[in-house]
Amino acid sequence: MKRLLVVLIMICTAVPVMAQNGPLRLTITDGVIEPLPFALPSFQAESVASVEMAQNISRVIADDLTGTGLFRQIPSSAFISQQETFTQAIAFPDWRAINAQALVIGAVAVNGDQVVVKFRLYDVFLGQEMGSGMQLVSSVSGWRRLAHRVADQVYARITGESGYFDSRVVYVAESGPKDNRQKRLAIMDYDGANVQYLTGNVGLVLAPRFSPTGDRVLYTSFESGFPRINVLEVANVAPRQLATQAGEMAFSPRFSRDGRQVIYSLANGGNTDIWRTDLATGRHTRLTAAPSIETAPSFSPDGQSIVFESDRSGSPQLYIMSAEGGEARRISSGAGRYGTPVWSPRGDLIAFTKQNAGRFHIGVMRTDGSEERLLTASFLDEAPTWSPNGRVIMFFRETRGAQGVPALYSVDVSGRNLRQVPTPTAASDPSWGPLQN
Amino acid sequence: MNSLTKIAFLVVALTAAACTSPNRFGGNSVDLNDSTGGFGPLGSVDDPSSPAFFNERVGDRVLFAVDQSTLSAEAMVVLDGQISWLMENPDYAAVIEGHADEQGTREYNLALGARRANAVREYLITGGIAASRIQTVSYGKERPIAVCSEESCYTQNRRAVTVISIASLG
Repeated sequence: MKRLLVVLIMICTAVPVMAQNGPLRLTITDGVIEPLPFALPSFQAESVASVEMAQNISRVIADDLTGTGLFRQIPSSAFISQQETFTQAIAFPDWRAINAQALVIGAVAVNGDQVVVKFRLYDVFLGQEMGSGMQLVSSVSGWRRLAHRVADQVYARITGESGYFDSRVVYVAESGPKDNRQKRLAIMDYDGANVQYLTGNVGLVLAPRFSPTGDRVLYTSFESGFPRINVLEVANVAPRQLATQAGEMAFSPRFSRDGRQVIYSLANGGNTDIWRTDLATGRHTRLTAAPSIETAPSFSPDGQSIVFESDRSGSPQLYIMSAEGGEARRISSGAGRYGTPVWSPRGDLIAFTKQNAGRFHIGVMRTDGSEERLLTASFLDEAPTWSPNGRVIMFFRETRGAQGVPALYSVDVSGRNLRQVPTPTAASDPSWGPLQN
Repeated sequence: MNSLTKIAFLVVALTAAACTSPNRFGGNSVDLNDSTGGFGPLGSVDDPSSPAFFNERVGDRVLFAVDQSTLSAEAMVVLDGQISWLMENPDYAAVIEGHADEQGTREYNLALGARRANAVREYLITGGIAASRIQTVSYGKERPIAVCSEESCYTQNRRAVTVISIASLG
């Protein structure tokens, strides 16, 4: 039913109008290299009090879409027709003439502490609406989420895949010199807005991980003087220590997809293995038992398998085993050292950190280890985390030397669209939470 | 001291070790590299029973090769000195901190630091120090003492540091 790829790759930029012979559809593949042009006239303000809000919401929607690298916003200076009101008939020929393929129109009303956004999305070449008009309501303070939800709708209707804009990222905010770095947990919108700190300066905190529903965060804390796993309720910012199997150190935790179990590394007698703790029963299960280092475990989306890092072969490599432990099969086979594997929410790929010839990379491979692709390269790229739809990877990049600091970046799984994610302080160890709507 | 007092004392010492260890890197910590020879909290470097003497004359740290946790001959000499000192100063407990350089992921380096700290602990225990006096912790690559991104710094950061402490009697 869905006719595919109407967005032609524009080889010749002189072609004024792109051909389209079916409904507008952008198929996200490695082949999409020309962003889809869209027009988004600033949303109509339904009262004087709504003017600024309408502009802000319009800007965030456009930023979400263009930030994907898949869409290109046509500047309003190129518009032939102005869309003065939400109900006004659409002058499709005027939008076709400037090569807008998608048109987003909307209106914003601020009523007391409430914001109401209405929008419609049009397939300009067919001259038809895509999906139905929608109205969204939130408190004034939640206006950015409204904008992200509109952008998620536009993204989903055009690509056929769920979006990722109405999502949050938990990370480690860093300050201070390299030999005395202070680290705090912080949470923010996926685009770096609305930063909130979840911990004070309580000693080192490392590698936070969202629960599948985004209600809890696991992280490693040195507050007691020794690495222990804490679980924090996001709603009331209340941390407590997770009762793990006893050991010298517990670290590198991750939730299962149902949020009921935690897998983590436990060091005893200097040897690090992987354990699983059932949160309801408190039962601890040992999943690996080898004299080598086993760490950085991550569940498959179906909960049946675990990918992890081990140096049992002599150098750190990636392995997959059953969620019950036992035999593991090595999947990494290229030159260099592999770490921090993370299973894609789509189940098809493993993202990882690779270290080779003095450089660090973020890469992806299939779950059988084939089709390895390196997406980035720098002095230090580390700790990939997947967007909720499995299309984008966020990670941190640390610069070299005594003044070296980490910052968050995102990159498409295609390797394109590398972007820094703005944060108020140096930042590391991102964990991308679920879509909230 | 009768044996009960000794046990109580040891518990206090271990607790103190656990409590003071994480703050050593903070702004209010005592500089363990202070070589002024004064009578600070660590005592005089010339007093063989002082922590300052342990840190500087005996040597509080050993270094490791890339990715390794094997003790070198040079490291064993330092640790033999630590064993003698700990034998002569039984009121002190130790936390062995394992560290790694920045070449490697956070998780792997935490595990590697644990291996290094444990290699030192095992050596001290084999040398006759009671296991109950020695704890281990790994900081991975989180607490470099040398901050450049060159081997000259990395070699100093791949270390295990024996941090001794005693309960305050005051």
